[in-house]
Amino acid sequence: MSELVSSSSSTVSTGTLEISGLTTAYGPVTALDSVDITAERGQVTAVLGANGAGKSTLLRTVSGLVRPAAGQVLLDGTDLTRAPAEAIARAGIAHVPEGRGVITELTVEENLRLGALLGASRRRTEHNLARVYEMFPALAKRRRRDAHVLSGGERQMLVIGRALLSGPDVLLLDEPSLGLAPRIVAQIFGLLRELVDSDGVTVLLVEQNARSALSIADVGIVLNLGRVVARDSAGALAADDGLRHAYLGF
Amino acid sequence: MQQFLNVTLTGLGQGAVYAAFALALVLIWRSTRIVNFAQGAMAMFTTYLALTVIEGGQSYWVALAVALVTGLVLGAGIERLVIRPVEGGPELNAVIVTLGLFVALQALAAILFGSTFQSFPAPFDLRGFTVGGVNIAFTPNSIYIIVAVVVVMLGLVALFRFTDLGLKMRAAAFNQEVSRLLGVRVGRMLTLGWALAAGVGSLSGLLIAGGSLVFPAYMDAVIVYGFVAAVLGGLDSPAGAVVGGLTIGLLLSYVSGYLGSELVALAALVILVAVLLVRPQGLFARTAARRV
Repeated sequence: MSELVSSSSSTVSTGTLEISGLTTAYGPVTALDSVDITAERGQVTAVLGANGAGKSTLLRTVSGLVRPAAGQVLLDGTDLTRAPAEAIARAGIAHVPEGRGVITELTVEENLRLGALLGASRRRTEHNLARVYEMFPALAKRRRRDAHVLSGGERQMLVIGRALLSGPDVLLLDEPSLGLAPRIVAQIFGLLRELVDSDGVTVLLVEQNARSALSIADVGIVLNLGRVVARDSAGALAADDGLRHAYLGF
Repeated sequence: MQQFLNVTLTGLGQGAVYAAFALALVLIWRSTRIVNFAQGAMAMFTTYLALTVIEGGQSYWVALAVALVTGLVLGAGIERLVIRPVEGGPELNAVIVTLGLFVALQALAAILFGSTFQSFPAPFDLRGFTVGGVNIAFTPNSIYIIVAVVVVMLGLVALFRFTDLGLKMRAAAFNQEVSRLLGVRVGRMLTLGWALAAGVGSLSGLLIAGGSLVFPAYMDAVIVYGFVAAVLGGLDSPAGAVVGGLTIGLLLSYVSGYLGSELVALAALVILVAVLLVRPQGLFARTAARRV
């Protein structure tokens, strides 16, 4: 692994993600309708909503996998709206997709090396393999095994570790709690909060599990049928009974 | 006993060429899930270029270098210009395009180089070694063919296993979307995959032509046997392609030596059907990945 000179986060980039008027359609179906979200550095912004609310589409549009019909995505003022996904990744937005983010045919270490290669090309090496293995000892034990032997929780650790190795300014997380035991969810979310506080990354977290997500988020946004229907501090959203019953189901 | 030895050694030499050709098919299948039926025609074309260079007074090795480099360029160019527009569509589209290329390249070669038989020189002696006063069917040229194929295979294994570029190429082949999210320029990796495959294909074309005759359709038999070898090896595995190639070479050589050379094509068909019936995933298929 090449050890490039570690350029710390003191560079000009601050990792503010501005999404404005973002509209995405799949044929005649509008999945996102003029969505405005600003995610600030050092904060966890949770996007909540039921199935089909447009949460995954939001992340897929931001990371360039889906072309928007209208609107803009800015990272620190740079327009990334129509850039290809690989260029957006290089610009510092790491998208951890739901469930299928592990390349199962590669070994655990090879998956991590892919993240580190991106980090090296972005001249960010504050995280290295050793630190990720320290964070996730379960991965260290299986480093030479094909990634398909990993359990669901370990896969989630792998994709998060891989995203960290790329030294992202913005981390887009799609349902990291999906299919995991509550104890593992708490562990992963706790770790995420620590990372945000220590490294100051910007996190845009998409979740159905609203209670867990709001417990670590600073700001909460509720999506319903592709539109933003509520936006408040995480604490206020969790306390709003009417909203909780209407959209979040707890 | 002596006949058995001769038949075996001939089979190994032939098998090495099928292995190289199967390797080229596997390289493209791995990265784009396309069976490149134009592989043989592309190899034939670069072999004709090599022959032109040799007739121009250059050595075999200069011609080999020219063929490999034009093979790389031809592969990259065909991927960019012809295959890219049909990628992502129904898989049959790309296959039909490669069949069209196959016909077009053969016709173009006939126009440019003529459709008569031309002899192609071999870089090494074509007379068999003499062991204990007995002439065996193993020539210095067979050793060259086997060494060349083994070196190429080891080079590819090293590229895919130990280099960052190889890791990115494998990632792009297995999961395009996740690779893009990790900043891998998937398009470039696919172009590179086609270029490498065409380079390996060019080598197989030159190896089979050495000491023999070339004409626009001279690769046709190799396409069939190389394809059987690739299927036997599992289509996905470079090592499988080499083992499959050697196996097919040996089996066909035994059929030709003991049963009659007219049965060779039939035997290849029987092997193909048998593999597809008994073990359609090939000898070297990985265990199916668990999807969660």
